[in-house]
Amino acid sequence: MNLIDRIKTFNTPLTLVAGILLVAILTELLGIPLLTRIVTVMFVSTILVLGLQLYMGNSGILSFAHIGFMGIGAYTSVLLSMTPTAKELANSNLYPFLIPIHLPFLPSLLIGALVAAFIAAVVGFPLMRLSDAAAVITTFALLVIVNVVMVHWDRVTNGPRTLFGVDNYTNLWTAVAFCVITIFAVYLFKESRVGLRLRATRDDAYAAASIGINMVVMRWLAFVASAFVAGVGGALWAHFITSFTPYSFYLNETFVILAMLVIGGPYSVSGAVVGTLVVTTAREVLRAIENQVNILQIFPEGFFGFTEIVLAIVLIAILIYRPTGILGSQEIRWPPRLRKARSAEPNPSIDHIPGGKQNV
Amino acid sequence: MINLEFIINTLSLGSLYAMLALGLVIIYGILRLVNFAYGELIMIGGYTLYLLAGFSALPWLIVAVLAVVIAMFTSLLTELVAFRPVREKSLTAMLITSFAVSALLQNAALLIISPRARAVNLPQIFQTSVMIAGTSVPWRNILTIATCIIMLTLLTLLLRRTVLGIALRAAADNFRMTRMLGVPANTVISTAFAISGIMAGIVSIFWIARSSTVTPTLGAPPLLVAFVATVIGGMRSLTGAVVGGFVYAIIISLLGIFLPPDLLEFREAFMFAFVIIVLLFRPQGLISSKTAVERVG
Repeated sequence: MNLIDRIKTFNTPLTLVAGILLVAILTELLGIPLLTRIVTVMFVSTILVLGLQLYMGNSGILSFAHIGFMGIGAYTSVLLSMTPTAKELANSNLYPFLIPIHLPFLPSLLIGALVAAFIAAVVGFPLMRLSDAAAVITTFALLVIVNVVMVHWDRVTNGPRTLFGVDNYTNLWTAVAFCVITIFAVYLFKESRVGLRLRATRDDAYAAASIGINMVVMRWLAFVASAFVAGVGGALWAHFITSFTPYSFYLNETFVILAMLVIGGPYSVSGAVVGTLVVTTAREVLRAIENQVNILQIFPEGFFGFTEIVLAIVLIAILIYRPTGILGSQEIRWPPRLRKARSAEPNPSIDHIPGGKQNV
Repeated sequence: MINLEFIINTLSLGSLYAMLALGLVIIYGILRLVNFAYGELIMIGGYTLYLLAGFSALPWLIVAVLAVVIAMFTSLLTELVAFRPVREKSLTAMLITSFAVSALLQNAALLIISPRARAVNLPQIFQTSVMIAGTSVPWRNILTIATCIIMLTLLTLLLRRTVLGIALRAAADNFRMTRMLGVPANTVISTAFAISGIMAGIVSIFWIARSSTVTPTLGAPPLLVAFVATVIGGMRSLTGAVVGGFVYAIIISLLGIFLPPDLLEFREAFMFAFVIIVLLFRPQGLISSKTAVERVG
């Protein structure tokens, strides 16, 4: 295979990375602090959405546990990277053996992600047998359990109170670097043997089983990889925001990340990236409107929730009119292909999801 | 410890949870939809109580009935606007839709009313107690139990004696076959959503009676309770939902007595771990229904 062919294989991730670098460079050149903040958070969100895409897009199963793993990655990495004095200040109740640990940023982040992946590996294996509603309720139960533990295990997490004093290690370019790595990783996973097999089980579980694909193992591998990515995202986020509570990793965040993926298109890597970009832009515009209205004090009780209402309506509209998201199951390529040349992948929106049309 | 007071409290909690679980299961049975927006129907019932009891001169009984009616109409509206168009797409689409509807209703309450908690004017009867066999029993507990008995009787009559009820039960057993026999799908599904909304409305009255305040996030705790209760009872059986509600109340009350205080905080985590275990080893629920056994595949 010569170099050109090699590049062609990576057309999609290279195009996406080019787009991301373009956004990052523009942000850097403009140098507006608020914009830099928004874009940095957007790249971290992209990592989280890509992690969710890795599991949901390839297996076709909705997972609510993702943000729980983000929380595990965030708390673990922060406890490793904070200085002993900061730890004592932030949480006087902390286990004594945790106080002297002080690692650089990168090892903290990796260990945080590994812990998230390890927990996913242990609790995930039995869960991968479940499909449809049972799978959704169990991952939802997992999210609730992780949240309850984070809220009440105050010797580790400082309980429901804010954990503060985290060093700000994440900046625009760290986020960009991890985002680029994640795009390649998630794309390679999708095209790998495991990814292909997993997508086969998504499109037709019985046919996949008949050619010897072990659905449970394939799903499990994706679940663990997805938790690892969520852990990385959580660690980056924590070292950017620098103070947070367990409620940062619960239903609101789940809703936003899920909306990004579904609006962009859950069945492609490009969909995850585009969805994050579109939803972040829309949210910031809506939030600006919300703030303006609050400054003008038109509503005596304040003007809250407008952003989420619009987001929810758009999400429902997308599910009704374009259930495969903005991009469908297509990947972005350069140069853009015409509509006629559709990707060989079948449209997984209707019949191909296990349990898709069974009731209707 | 385990005396008359404990028994009546647990029975009243169980009645509340049973009605809660019924409202969730009646939709799941037909559509396989776990309705995340169910908790928000309770929240809407709560806000109706707050608005009507605080700003109108209507008698309390009418206020309560209106809360139930509004919750029912909201339920029907969500079905018509959001669930009906995605129903034929996929289960995942329907689940995400219900999650979005939940966020939508929650934030609408935030926007229209207030993010802060609102005190609800409750009638005297919810705050007074009566002496039974030497123990003081709050009236609201007796009312909860009585309402549960009435609702279960009415629902049983509906399901056993009316054509609509028979159609509902048939749809829960095999929706495709029921449709082929000429039962209109929309009617059946709308009825299920209406019943679900009525249950949510009734639960909202007694839920508010316990806390006497209403917030936009009121719906989350009852939703979590309903999840656990329905899984314990088996997601598909209405009897199972009732039993699941009572079993949940008994477990949670006993844990409250026997669990050491520092573990008590993790009570919810234990309940949800239990949910995962039940789904793994007995997905048909601890109490399996007749139809579940007879189903092939």
